[in-house]
Amino acid sequence: MTALRPLAAVETLVETSFSVPSIRCAGCISKLEDGLPLNPGITAARVNFTAKRVTIIHEASLDIPHLRETVEKLGFEAQPVDLAVAGNDDESRGLLRAMAVAGFAAMNIMLLSVSVWSGADGATRNLFHWLSALIALPTITYSGRVFFKSAWNALRHGHTNMDVPISIGVLLTAGMSLYETATGGAHAYFDGAVMLLFFLLTGRWLDSVMRDRARDGVAALLKQAASGALVIKKDGSTEWRAAQDLAPNLRMIVAAGERLAADGTVEQGRSSFDLSLLTGESAPQAIGPGDTVHAGTLNMGAPVTVRVTKAGPNTALADIARMMENATQSRSRYVRIADRAARLYAPAVHLLAALSFAGWMILGAGWHESLLIAATVLIITCPCALGLAVPAAQIVAVGALMRAGVLVKDGSALERLAEADRALFDKTGTLTLGRPDPVDLSMLSAEEKSIVLGLARASRHPLSQALRRNLEHIGVVAEDIEDIIEVPGFGVTGKSRCGIAAISRADDADETDLACRFKLDGVPSVIIRFRDALRPDALSTILALRRLGMESSILSGDRAAAVSPVSDTLGISACADLSPAGKVAAIKDLGQTGAKVLMIGDGLNDGPALASGHVSMAPASASDAGQNTADAVWMGDSLAPVAATVKAARRTMQIVRQNFVLAIGYNVIAVPLAITGHVTPLVAALAMSGSSIVVVANALRLRGAAR
Amino acid sequence: MNGVLILIPIALLLGLAGLVAFFWALRAGQFDDLDGAALRILIDEEEKNGAGL
Repeated sequence: MTALRPLAAVETLVETSFSVPSIRCAGCISKLEDGLPLNPGITAARVNFTAKRVTIIHEASLDIPHLRETVEKLGFEAQPVDLAVAGNDDESRGLLRAMAVAGFAAMNIMLLSVSVWSGADGATRNLFHWLSALIALPTITYSGRVFFKSAWNALRHGHTNMDVPISIGVLLTAGMSLYETATGGAHAYFDGAVMLLFFLLTGRWLDSVMRDRARDGVAALLKQAASGALVIKKDGSTEWRAAQDLAPNLRMIVAAGERLAADGTVEQGRSSFDLSLLTGESAPQAIGPGDTVHAGTLNMGAPVTVRVTKAGPNTALADIARMMENATQSRSRYVRIADRAARLYAPAVHLLAALSFAGWMILGAGWHESLLIAATVLIITCPCALGLAVPAAQIVAVGALMRAGVLVKDGSALERLAEADRALFDKTGTLTLGRPDPVDLSMLSAEEKSIVLGLARASRHPLSQALRRNLEHIGVVAEDIEDIIEVPGFGVTGKSRCGIAAISRADDADETDLACRFKLDGVPSVIIRFRDALRPDALSTILALRRLGMESSILSGDRAAAVSPVSDTLGISACADLSPAGKVAAIKDLGQTGAKVLMIGDGLNDGPALASGHVSMAPASASDAGQNTADAVWMGDSLAPVAATVKAARRTMQIVRQNFVLAIGYNVIAVPLAITGHVTPLVAALAMSGSSIVVVANALRLRGAAR
Repeated sequence: MNGVLILIPIALLLGLAGLVAFFWALRAGQFDDLDGAALRILIDEEEKNGAGL
């Protein structure tokens, strides 16, 4: 299709990526890949199903809003993503390469070892040992770097970690085996050393893949913090500018339903702004010329012209960002369970190896044999199963949770989730949906409903969208309305079969309530009220958490009058009128009494609280700051995933503990054998692979953990 | 013994070829979209625009 384009029209082609969460099947892939290039300016489109992303190759003149509209015309909601932020999985790639090399080497050395074990001796054994050395030494140099580097870092700073015994064990065994080979000895442990590296790298790689996958998932959800604004240029024309290119004194037009990209003062127009992301307050605030508005707030009413006063890092958001940085300190002090185990394990292993060396020396075994026994002790005790015990269980659980619509960012988050014993909820957007929903539509007749839907779907106003969502949900079929005119800030009118119909602003309605008026020719007008409804399953989730031993409370920035109906319905205590700093203080107070707080919030104002909680969760509808800070993000409207995630996390820790017991049990049997010098390379190979397989098989039981 | 001298290098080379092939696949992006690859076989080439799906 591109070949038919005249050459003169060729422009520089650029790539833009969009996150399209609603790609679900092969049909969606072909719809996007075949449909998008039919539009002028778009050369090709490629869908990445795993990342739910579409990359469009297009002419540079097409801007992001236009492309987004094109994708949305095909029936998919799209959000632009910055690939520079999203896709950076070099670490996993490096680990995968190291693992592949170690796996290749382990297989080939094992092939040679098996022939030695089956009775090859003399010159053949010597040749096979030399071949093993030829494969093993480069492999250890390449694949072992991960461990050597980390061990060296730990030693240089005067402490020890799991990588120290691994590195010493591998290097010592390789060295001893080389000596054995050179002197024509009977036993070489190259297979053991390389297999150990392979199993450990598998554990590391799983851990890293888990982090990447969750990060990609979250990046796919990011709404590019008000990605930009329509700026009025000096000559009166308008231009789309990305948020980071906005500067003070520019004038931007903010349409209804758009989020502000920078702080500013209103120059023209009157509207109401939804500040809930910034303050947690649910009722929109009326603003007019001269009022100050902040980045991240949502324009609910008419388009306004705003003169930018502060942009980028100087906005009110920056204060919250600083507070969040300070708050994460407590979390960075958390030590993961594998590292805690290593703290006890590493010194014990070193001591054991040193003691067996000393013991055999005293018994007069000679330094060569004593060193060989010390090396086998290190190889046998090396946390092969321990290294897999934690990541294997966690990646299976994270995979299960992901299929259930919960993205957990890393393994440490799962561990902390399992420890949590207190839940604190934000109100607006977390316990509630954070968007207006019509309270009651029963006063409309079926015919009126289809007229309302016909009008509402023509407008992007938040209230129209709410009407459309609800009416479509209950199966109303829209009537075709002709001559639809939308007057921003006032409403939409059009010609239906029953005469002129209009949805308009309800000026006379109660100030604190959201409402609109529906008028049909010859019929008295009706007022449709909206409110922010509770999430489905909110009450059952609170009860489920209570059964898990977690009491819940509300921490809200909203007025007490708005909070109390929610807390009464759910039967939990609440603190209202809290500033972001107040929320952090409340969490700190609880933390000092020994409680491990699970903070669940969505807004920018919850950012610091999410960062200071022991662990935190956010809904996918949350602000970018909320999603970035939270340890886990769940999709969908229902609140039920919160309790399901806590349950799955506890189950994971149970499996991890079982795995530890299995690994330690294996050591209890194998270590005495190693110390008494009975571990031949064959025994080492069997013990090592056997324990790893048992641990992985046990972890696989978590596949249904999220159900 | 002579057979071994020929067979062992062959075994090693074959293994190495597998490793090289894996690295090539990794670099060429074959593992970038595993779930998508599984679905793409369902797309009917004749029926463009996905109308049949």
